[in-house]
Amino acid sequence: MSILTKTEAGPPGPGDPAPSGPFLSVRDLYVQFATEDGVVKAVDGLSFDLERGRTLGIVGESGSGKSVTNLAVLGLHNPRNTTIRGEIVLDGQELTGASERTLERLRGRKMAMIFQDSLTALSPYYTVGRQIAEPYMKHMGASRKAARERAIEMLARVGIPQPRLRVDDFPHQFSGGMRQRAMIAMALVCDPALVIADEPTTALDVTVQAQILDLLKDLQRETGTAIVIITHDLGVVANTADDVMVMYAGRCVERGTVREILKSPEHPYSWGLLASIPRLSAPVDLPLSPIPGAPPSLLNPPSGCPFHPRCAFAEEVGGGRCATVRPGIPEDERRGFACHLGRERKREIFTGQIQPRLGGGAR
Amino acid sequence: MSVPQQDHAPRETMNPLLEVTGLRKYFPVRGGFLVKRHVADVRAVDGIDFTIAEGESLGLVGESGCGKSTTGRLVTRLLEPSAGRIAYRGRDITHSTRKELAPIRSEIQMIFQDPYASLNPRQTVGHIVSAPLEINGINPPGGREKRVRELLETVGLNPEHYNRFPHEFSGGQRQRIGVARALALEPKLIVADEPVSALDVSIQAQVVNLLQRLQRELGIAFLFIAHDLAVVRHFSQRVAVMYLGRIVEVGERRDIYERPRHPYTHALLSASPEPDPDDRNATERIRLAGDVPSPVSPPSGCRFRTRCWKAQDRCAAEEPPLVRLEGNREGHLSACHFPEEPTTAARGEDIVLDPALAALEETTADKTL
Ligand SMILES: Nc1ncnc2c1ncn2[C@@H]1O[C@H](COP(=O)(O)OP(=O)(O)OP(=O)(O)O)[C@@H](O)[C@H]1O
Ligand SMILES: Nc1ncnc2c1ncn2[C@@H]1O[C@H](COP(=O)(O)OP(=O)(O)O)[C@@H](O)[C@H]1O
Ligand code: SF4
Ligand code: SF4
Ligand SMILES: [Mg+2]
Ligand SMILES: [Mg+2]
Repeated sequence: MSILTKTEAGPPGPGDPAPSGPFLSVRDLYVQFATEDGVVKAVDGLSFDLERGRTLGIVGESGSGKSVTNLAVLGLHNPRNTTIRGEIVLDGQELTGASERTLERLRGRKMAMIFQDSLTALSPYYTVGRQIAEPYMKHMGASRKAARERAIEMLARVGIPQPRLRVDDFPHQFSGGMRQRAMIAMALVCDPALVIADEPTTALDVTVQAQILDLLKDLQRETGTAIVIITHDLGVVANTADDVMVMYAGRCVERGTVREILKSPEHPYSWGLLASIPRLSAPVDLPLSPIPGAPPSLLNPPSGCPFHPRCAFAEEVGGGRCATVRPGIPEDERRGFACHLGRERKREIFTGQIQPRLGGGAR
Repeated sequence: MSVPQQDHAPRETMNPLLEVTGLRKYFPVRGGFLVKRHVADVRAVDGIDFTIAEGESLGLVGESGCGKSTTGRLVTRLLEPSAGRIAYRGRDITHSTRKELAPIRSEIQMIFQDPYASLNPRQTVGHIVSAPLEINGINPPGGREKRVRELLETVGLNPEHYNRFPHEFSGGQRQRIGVARALALEPKLIVADEPVSALDVSIQAQVVNLLQRLQRELGIAFLFIAHDLAVVRHFSQRVAVMYLGRIVEVGERRDIYERPRHPYTHALLSASPEPDPDDRNATERIRLAGDVPSPVSPPSGCRFRTRCWKAQDRCAAEEPPLVRLEGNREGHLSACHFPEEPTTAARGEDIVLDPALAALEETTADKTL
């Protein structure tokens, strides 16, 4: 055991060279699936950037297109029923339309993925050590012996006790938290520059979740990896992300720094999310304010602003524009939101109705 | 915190609706070749005491596998207790038969986590909600259908949807159907096992508000089971914290959330992520190591000792009793030999037990020096 003095999360290390343009850049991405019921517009014109050493949190309710977006970045969609349009540029290299061989080489070496469900991501038939060593041999050309040593080193780094013994265990011999750690070890074994974590702690207990999230943060501080963390939990975002993108119906409805999104959100859907969750620091005698209705089907998404059927402020926008005109979001600005509501009115609503619900600072 | 919280009458003046003492449930583990022998027990619930007053909501929190659902299923008598006593309105129902339970069956109802799995997909909503009335031969004035339509309205569903099937509803609406079914027999106590965990965040609030309204307007008592501490805080006047089959701390909402004494309660609160970037610095940071041990062979003495930063020899030798510690308010009980200060404020130094975190943070701390 050790007791540590607090360290502040710093900006990306000064050692990193600043390449021109963002490390990951997604522009006007569309992902559609052909299904029996029709075409699912899972991602509908999405743009975002991510710099090295930073963490982007993608939040939104289930079905908002978070996973589909990131599977597109990794090139893991089945081309037979999936149509992908738009630009995905990783470190200057265009990924949309790249060959399967190129993507295969990038996955594991330059970009890696951490999934929610460690049992499906890890094969039950191979030892944990072998599964960590495999990509290291394949991508780094390491010998079997060197790769095994590397696997042990990785297990130690992610906090598996007695790594030299546990390296020969099978996944089922690990607890849920240990498997998630093993999966992180596997993802990080080749020092990828981009890690995509899709609900990495949703299946875990809160005390274990806190350990794993801090571990990811600490490893990032050490390696300068860029991280995309996908979650439906705004608390997880508050604890891990530098920047946040809020998704609704396959689109980005708002983006900004974590502080901007959580403390001064500008989009009615973000307001709704923030006001509907109970907090440890909010008054208990105030009822929660839910968002009415339910998220839309992406087979037939609403016209105009996809949030309009649930939005309390759509009436305030003149000419029924919310139902007919799709609100844009400035593509190349760091801060942005897609809503027709006027600036003045928005400020009024936020300070009058929303801010009082966001709880105050300390518990 | 200066926020006024609802206070309620002192506990002695309230009638316990439910009184649970020394409750245990052991599930046998069978092993061996050909002849399956009883080799060990999963001690899912291992001697717990609590009471719920009329109209009160008791929250039950704790991590996966600590015995919350088992407790709920024992109380509703879906499971047979291994030991202990359950009294409802003063009547011992620990081992009551189906027939003996019949008169009070209707008064204790259950709501489940999974709104999909708990509804029969081939039955209409009207059928599902009226089934408890039929089974119990209840004919409300105006007929069953009228009553069901009223119930649908109470839970915020359109009574016109009487003839629809569950798949035609969203997750939140299906949970409302489950609530309407539970309300059909005018229960006095509802055991709600993770009633909102499967729902999207925007829908969660709809169902929490609905349950809260029912509790207030109909005076229904709740055993509210959840792993989300913020949801439980919002819903429950009193809260019990479980760890490996035992209750380690119980008290009024503000005792548990603002003046916790048990190290595990501190760790849980510290690990619950708040959607506020300022919260990290305002509250204590505690990072445990490893996972919860197996309930088949729980640690001796205090079960939390294998993950506790304050553990000493005494913790392994003696199980700490659940008692009112010095400094605790009336009704606030904690099971710990070396309790924490009653505050969740940030400490001068973080408590980091996780070896990987400790190592990484030591190197970054060295670099920043
Ligand atoms: N029918 C059963 N047979 C054997 N073991 C069981 C059975 N039901 C539950 N258990 C075990 O008892 C312990 C407590 O389970 P329980 O379902 O009460 O946990 P819980 O607190 O509700 O967890 P969760 O938060 O995951 O729902 C666990 O170790 C579980 O595996
Ligand atoms: N392979 C697929 N075929 C058809 N529809 C899909 C497929 N994968 C995802 N979808 C749909 O795309 C939408 C977005 O899904 P997803 O990105 O998984 O959401 P989430 O934000 O919860 O991660 C959902 O409506 C989902 O049902
Ligand atoms: S564009 Fe209109 S409907 Fe959409 S969020 Fe803004 S006000 Fe609401
Ligand atoms: S009794 Fe000992 S081990 Fe248990 S919580 Fe208290 S200090 Fe920790
Ligand atoms: Mg997903
Ligand atoms: Mg359970």
